[in-house]
Amino acid sequence: MNWMYWTVPTAIFFAVIAVILISMTLWQVAAPSPERRGLLPLSTTPGDRLFIGLLSSAYFHLLWLGLTDLHPGWMTAFCILWLITVMRWG
Amino acid sequence: MERTRNERAWLLVLPVMIVVAFSAIIPLMTVVNYSVQDILDPYTRFFVGTEWFRDILRDDSLHAALGRQLVFSFTVLLIQIPLGIAIALCMPTRGIWVAITLVALALPLLVPWNVVGTIWQLFARQDIGLLGVTINAMGIDYNYTGSRMGAWLTVVAMDVWHWTSLVVLLCYSGLRAIPDAYYQAARIDGASRWAVFRHVQLPRLTGVLTIAVLLRFMDSFMIYAEPFVLTGGGPGSSTTFLSQYLATMAIGQFDVGRAAAFSLIYFLIILALSWVFYTIITRSQKG
Repeated sequence: MNWMYWTVPTAIFFAVIAVILISMTLWQVAAPSPERRGLLPLSTTPGDRLFIGLLSSAYFHLLWLGLTDLHPGWMTAFCILWLITVMRWG
Repeated sequence: MERTRNERAWLLVLPVMIVVAFSAIIPLMTVVNYSVQDILDPYTRFFVGTEWFRDILRDDSLHAALGRQLVFSFTVLLIQIPLGIAIALCMPTRGIWVAITLVALALPLLVPWNVVGTIWQLFARQDIGLLGVTINAMGIDYNYTGSRMGAWLTVVAMDVWHWTSLVVLLCYSGLRAIPDAYYQAARIDGASRWAVFRHVQLPRLTGVLTIAVLLRFMDSFMIYAEPFVLTGGGPGSSTTFLSQYLATMAIGQFDVGRAAAFSLIYFLIILALSWVFYTIITRSQKG
């Protein structure tokens, strides 16, 4: 795997994504959730909300990096809260 | 009533996931790894964090390429969608001409992208090309290799030639799906040709037009081979679109880390648009 030029931060990033995906898969296999409507303007499953939360988090990070010189960790902390909000009430 | 979904069927997708992992996911993970490093050669690399992303997001030439890309995509949409509807409305509805017209319209779609570029490179040349010679003979100074406007018009005309057929075929299928009863009712009411189009045909073309607009937007947003072969991105950088900008950075300059960061931003734009496409289609099907 050396050819992939791994770094510790990217390894942690992918490990977190993998854990989220595996947990979501096991959760949905065990107890499939119904599609519902919350804060978001469309009906979503938990998988949809995870995708929306992750994609919007990526865009928030790009905005942060493009517009400020502050450390991206602040935006990461905000995005964790955002992801929880979308998953719970989205 | 709330509806539950059985997610167990997703396990059947596992073999495809393994293939996709090797062909797409692992290469994508590698690109993410590249994007946070400055790679000087296969054995020398430095961790730079999010610096490439900051650099790319504040790069004026990238903003210019993104602007050109958006202008190009919206220009071809503004031409191809009305033109496609107009041609579909003029097409025969029965007889041998239906098959002949459909085959003729499908032909440009079968031509590979780089061959389209080569065809138009020759076709538009001012010395030997039929189009170039004809326009110059009319007294119009046309030279797509030396004039920015000429290059833009040629790239747009080439894309219109290549892809309007797709819009036509989608609209034609939408028009054929409208039951005759609607036309009979319109005739009884004495509706004009325009009223039939506005109140009968256009509302029932919404589904196919959504597909056409999104397909053409995404495809034109990723355009590479045709303008690369036709103009090489010039004159200057007037027809350098995002994908060519990326290829120059990654292959031409071997700026792997920066190109990887740019690829991820480009990927996120396409991913968001694809999600919009998927959501609109599935919601319209449910409706």
